[in-house]
Amino acid sequence: MSKSDVTRRGVIKTGALAGAGLALPTYLSAASHSGFTNAPTGSTVTLGFNVPQSGPYADEGADELRAYELAVEHLNGGGDGGMLNTFSSKALEGNGIIGKKVEYVTGDTQTKSDAARASAKSMIEKDGAVMITGGSSSGVAVAVQALCQEAGVIFMAGLTHSNDTTGKDKRANGFRHFFNSYMSGAALAPILANNYGKDRKAYHLTADYNWGYTTEEAVRTSTEAMGWETVAAVKTPLTQTDFSSYIAPVLQSGADVLVLNHYGGNMVNSLTNAVQFGLREKQVNGKNFEIIVPLFSRLMARGAGANIKGIFGSANWHWSLPDEGSKAFVKSYGTKYGNPPSQAAHTCYVQTLLYADAVARAGSFNPCAVAEALEGFEFDGLGNGPTLYRAEDHQCFKDVLVVKGKENPTSEFDLLEIVEITPRGQVEYDASIFGGELGSCNPGA
Amino acid sequence: MDAIILQILNGLDKGSAYALIALGLTLIFGTLGVVNFAHGALFMIGAFCAVTLSRLFSLSHKVAVPGETDFLGNPLMRDVPYIYDVFGEATGSAIIDWAVPLSILFAIPVMIAVGVIMERGLIKHFYKRPHADQILVTFGLAIVLQEVIKYYYGANPIPTPAPEMFKGSADLGILLGYEANSIIYPTWRLVYFGFAAVVIGAVFAFLQFTTFGMVVRAGMADRETVGLLGINIDKRFTIMFGLAAAVAGLAGVMYTPINSPNYHMGMDFLVLSFVVVVVGGMGSLPGAVAAGFLLGILESFASMREVINLIPGINQVIIYLVAIIILLTRPRGLMGRKGVMED
Amino acid sequence: MFGLETKDAKLLLLVVALTMLAPFLLNPFPVDSAMAQFNAGYPDLMQRFVIFGIFAIGFNILFGLTGYLSFGHAAFLGVGSYAAVWMFKLLSMNVLPAIVLAVITSGLFALLIGYISLRRSGIYFSILTLAFAQMMFALAYSVLTPITGGETGLQLALDDPRILGTSATAEGNIPVPGLFGLEMRDTTEVAMGVWSFTFNVGYYFSAVIMLLAFYLSIRIFRSPFGMMLRAIKSNQTRLNYTGLNTKPYTLAAFVISGMYAGLAGALMASMDPLAGAERMFWTASGEVVLMTILGGVGTLIGPVLGAGAIKYMENIISKINSEILHSWFAFLPDGFEDFIVAIIYPFVGKGWHLTLGIIFMLVVTFLPGGLVEGGQRIAKLFKGKKADANGPKGKTEPAE
Repeated sequence: MSKSDVTRRGVIKTGALAGAGLALPTYLSAASHSGFTNAPTGSTVTLGFNVPQSGPYADEGADELRAYELAVEHLNGGGDGGMLNTFSSKALEGNGIIGKKVEYVTGDTQTKSDAARASAKSMIEKDGAVMITGGSSSGVAVAVQALCQEAGVIFMAGLTHSNDTTGKDKRANGFRHFFNSYMSGAALAPILANNYGKDRKAYHLTADYNWGYTTEEAVRTSTEAMGWETVAAVKTPLTQTDFSSYIAPVLQSGADVLVLNHYGGNMVNSLTNAVQFGLREKQVNGKNFEIIVPLFSRLMARGAGANIKGIFGSANWHWSLPDEGSKAFVKSYGTKYGNPPSQAAHTCYVQTLLYADAVARAGSFNPCAVAEALEGFEFDGLGNGPTLYRAEDHQCFKDVLVVKGKENPTSEFDLLEIVEITPRGQVEYDASIFGGELGSCNPGA
Repeated sequence: MDAIILQILNGLDKGSAYALIALGLTLIFGTLGVVNFAHGALFMIGAFCAVTLSRLFSLSHKVAVPGETDFLGNPLMRDVPYIYDVFGEATGSAIIDWAVPLSILFAIPVMIAVGVIMERGLIKHFYKRPHADQILVTFGLAIVLQEVIKYYYGANPIPTPAPEMFKGSADLGILLGYEANSIIYPTWRLVYFGFAAVVIGAVFAFLQFTTFGMVVRAGMADRETVGLLGINIDKRFTIMFGLAAAVAGLAGVMYTPINSPNYHMGMDFLVLSFVVVVVGGMGSLPGAVAAGFLLGILESFASMREVINLIPGINQVIIYLVAIIILLTRPRGLMGRKGVMED
Repeated sequence: MFGLETKDAKLLLLVVALTMLAPFLLNPFPVDSAMAQFNAGYPDLMQRFVIFGIFAIGFNILFGLTGYLSFGHAAFLGVGSYAAVWMFKLLSMNVLPAIVLAVITSGLFALLIGYISLRRSGIYFSILTLAFAQMMFALAYSVLTPITGGETGLQLALDDPRILGTSATAEGNIPVPGLFGLEMRDTTEVAMGVWSFTFNVGYYFSAVIMLLAFYLSIRIFRSPFGMMLRAIKSNQTRLNYTGLNTKPYTLAAFVISGMYAGLAGALMASMDPLAGAERMFWTASGEVVLMTILGGVGTLIGPVLGAGAIKYMENIISKINSEILHSWFAFLPDGFEDFIVAIIYPFVGKGWHLTLGIIFMLVVTFLPGGLVEGGQRIAKLFKGKKADANGPKGKTEPAE
C-alpha cells in the first residue's frame, strides 16, 4: 500500500520555491491566492474526517470512518462504485473530484466541542482540508460548523439530530443530511397513536442538554396534538449512569408510557434500567405500559441487548431498506467490512458523495459555489427516496423511518425492523420556526 | 410515603455500589497510604471478568440455517455454543444464563492476582513518593488498562444480563400493605444490595476478628512499630491490596446486569468514589461505607421531580453540595482521623 | 536584568527565544517529507501550547509553591472563556476588554471558592475544589444553558449587539476577534527551500502574554511572598505557631493562579470564539495537574513543557491513521510492512490515550522530577559534573 505524500501545501511551497530561489523567503499572504481557503492546486484534494475515536461514541466514530474510506474509494474509481451507480446525479465519474484524486486526513473529536474544533483546525491549517465532515453529537456538530463558517470551508455534518444544527445555530457553510428531533416527533406520533391509542399519559425522561430539550419538545408537541397527555418531564444529568431513581417514580405517577429522550450510553442505561423495573409487564389505566425511544441507533442499541425488543423509535436509515441505493451501499460496505453499515455510516457516506457531486456540478471547490450547488438540490438513489437539500436552512428533507426493536433477531446486526417509512411530506416544516440566521457563505481567504 | 420508601431503596442500592468501591479505595489508602486513581479501573476489570466469562461460555461454532439468508444474501449461519455440545442444550443454556453469578468465582482469583501484580510491580515503588506522583502513575495505569479493554472489547456497552430468575421486579409494596405497583423494585438490585452487605460485613469481620486483620490494623496505625516487632507487614499489605482489588472487582461483576459495562465505567465512578471516601473521612472504613449510603440516598431524593421542580438542577449537584457542606462542618469528613492526608 | 538574577534572566531569554522562534522550531521537517506529520507549527496548536502553558504556569504558582493541590482549576478557565465570549457578544471583538473582564471574573470566582476551600487542607481541599468545579460544569451544561449555551457551547451570532463594534461584517459574516484591526487569525506563510513556516498574529499575541505571565511567575517565585508560600508548603503548622496567619498568603496564591487560568480561558476564546462547558469538567482540571507533574512540579519551566507534551500527543499522535502508517513503511516488503504497522497501530491514532498513559507511567517512575529532570540529566551528560551548579537547566530545580 504505497501512497504519495504530496499535499496541496507542499505543491504551493515547491512552486514558490522554484520562482524565488533558495535563500529568499517567499511571502504567501493568505489573501493573495485563489480566492478561497485551501483551494486545491495540485492533482489531489484533501478532505477532513473528524470523528469520535475515543470516548463513549468511539465505535460509532469507527463506523463513520469506515464509511468515509469507502466513499473515498468509490470517488477515486475503486471498488464497485456503491451508490455512485444509483445516485440520480451523474456528475461524478470515478476520477476523484473534478479530476483531482481524493485524499483524506482523520482526527479525533473525543465528543468534546473543544477537542473537535482543535482537530478540525489542524485539518484546515496544517493539512489544507477543503471540507470537514463527521461527528456523532449535536454539540460537536454545531461547534465545528461555526468554525468552518469562520475558516471558509464547507462542513458536511455527520450524525447530529438536534433541531439547532440547522435551526438556531445554522450556518451558511454547514449542511446536514441527517434528520432531526422535529422529524422524529412528526414521524413517530401517528404510529404511536395507531399502536397505543390516542388516550395515553406520557412520562418523559430527558437528557439535560440542548439535544434532549429539542427532542422532548418535538415528541411532546406531536403526541399532545394527537390527544396524549404529558404527566411529567424530568431532566436527567448527562453524566448519570444509573437511572433507577428517575425510573422508580414513573409507575406511581399514573403514566402509561415512558419516553426516553436519551441517546448513546444514556439511552442504553435508562432503557436497561426501565426494563429491569419490569415496567413493560405492567398494566396501568387498563393498558399495557409502553416505552419509547425517539432516536434509535442500532450500534448503541446493541448495548441494551434484548431490552429493545418491541420498542418504537425513529431512525434516519436502516440497512434493511429495500431501495436500490441502500442495497448497493450495504453490499459494498458489507463486502469490505463484513457487517452491515449503521445509520451514522450511511449519512457520512452520503454526505461525502453529495459534497463531491456538488463540487463536480459547480466545477469548483469554492465553498460559495459548492453551497449554491447544494442549495435546493433534489436528488434520489441514496436511500431515503427523493430528497431535497433545502436552501433556507441547509437541511435535507426525505423519508423518515419508524423502527421497532425486533422480537426475533437473526443476528447481532438484525436488531431493528422498519415499521413504516414516513413520507417526506409528513415531516416537513417551515424553515423559520427555529429562528437563527444562515448568514452568507464564507469562502475564507 | 411509598415514593419515599422507593427512593430509600434506590439510595441503598446506589449506596451499595459507592460503598463497595469506596471501601476498597480506603483499604488501599489506609494500609498503604497510596492514592489509587486506578481503583475505578479495577471495578471496570471486574465487570469485564463477567463479560469475558459469559463470552467464553458462549463461544460458538457456526451452523447454517436452511432456507434463510443474511444481509448480503449468503446463507444465514447460526451460532451454536460449544458448551451445548459438552453439557447438552438444557444444562448449557443454564450455565450461560448464570454466567454473571458464576463470574464471582472467576473474578476473585483474577482480581487478587491483578491486585498483587499491581502492588508488587508498580505501586510498591511509590510508597515514599509524594501523593502527586502516586496520582500520576495510577492515573496513567488506569488509562492503559482502560485502553487495553477498549482495544479488545470496543467502546460500546456490552449487554450482560442477570439470570432469568432474577430478571423483572418484585412488588415490595404488597408486603408493606400498599397497593399493587406502588413499590416495585428490580430483583437483581435487591440481590446487589444483599451481596454488598455480605461483602462489607466479611471485610469488617476479617479485619476485626482474625489475627491477620489485627496485624493489618496495627500496621495501619503504626507501620514502623509493627515492623520492629518482626512482622513482615509488607507481605500482609500486598495481600490487602489484592483484597481491595477483589472487592472492587466483585462490585464490578455484580454491577454488569444493572448497567451494561463499557470501558470507561471506571472513570465514571472514580471521582464519585473519591468524594465518598473523603466525605467519609480519609482512612476510615466505617466512614467510607456510611458516606456511600448517605450520598446514595441523598442523590436519590434529589432526583425526585418534586424536588427538582423546587430547586432546578439540584439533581446535578447534590453530591458535591453535600460534600462541601460536610467538609465545612466536619473538617475531616464523617469519621476521619486527624492528620491523615491533611498536608 | 529585568530585576532578575542572572540565571533567571538566562532562563527567561531562553523562553523568549523558544517562543519567538517556535514557528521554525516546531516545523523542522520539510513539508513534502513523510515526517511532516510530526510538524506542529500550525497556528492552532502553537496557540494551544502557549495558552495551556499559561494555565500550567498559574497552576504551578499554587501547587508548586504552596503544595495545595486544586482539582478544580479548569473551572476558572471556563469562567474566563465565558466572560470573554460574552464581551465579544456584547461589547466588541477587541480582545483586550475581553481579557480584562475574564481575568477579573475568574479572580472573583477564585476569591470566593478559594476563601471557602482553603478552610481545609490536603485532600479535603482538593475535594472541595473538585466539588465546586463539578457543580459549575453540571450547571453550565444544563440549567444555565441560557447563559452558557449548554451542550453546544456559547458562541457568537449575527444578531449579537456588539455596541462598540459591528454585529456583522459587510459580507454578512460574524466579525472575528482582533486587536485594533489586527485579526487574530491573520497568518503569513513563508516558504524557505523545502520548508515552510507559518506566522500567526494570534500566536504571537498569546506568546507575548505568556512571556509576561512567565516573567511574573519568576518574580513571584523569587519574591518574599514566594518564600512565604514555600514555607507554607514545607511546614504550615510551624508558621502558625510563630503567630503568622498563613491564609491570606495561600488565598492570594489561589486567586493569582485562578486569574492565570482565567487569562488562559480568555485567550482560548480570543483565538477561537467559543466556550464549551466541558472545559470545566474534572478531566480538564486533571489535565493541568498532569501537565504540571509531567513537566516538573515547582520548577519554572516544567509546567510549560508538560503542557506542550500533552497537547502535542493530543493533536499530532491522534491524527496518525493506518493509511499514514502504511505510507511510512511502504518501502518494506509487504508482509513485514503489515506486521510493523500492526504493532505500531494500537499506539497511535485512536490509541493515543494508550501512549499517553504509558508515558505518564514511564516519566513518573524513572524521572521523578518530570521532564525537567530528564533535561537536567541530559545536560549533565553533555557538560559533566560542573553543569550541576550552573548549567542552563541548573536554575530550574524544584522550588522546595
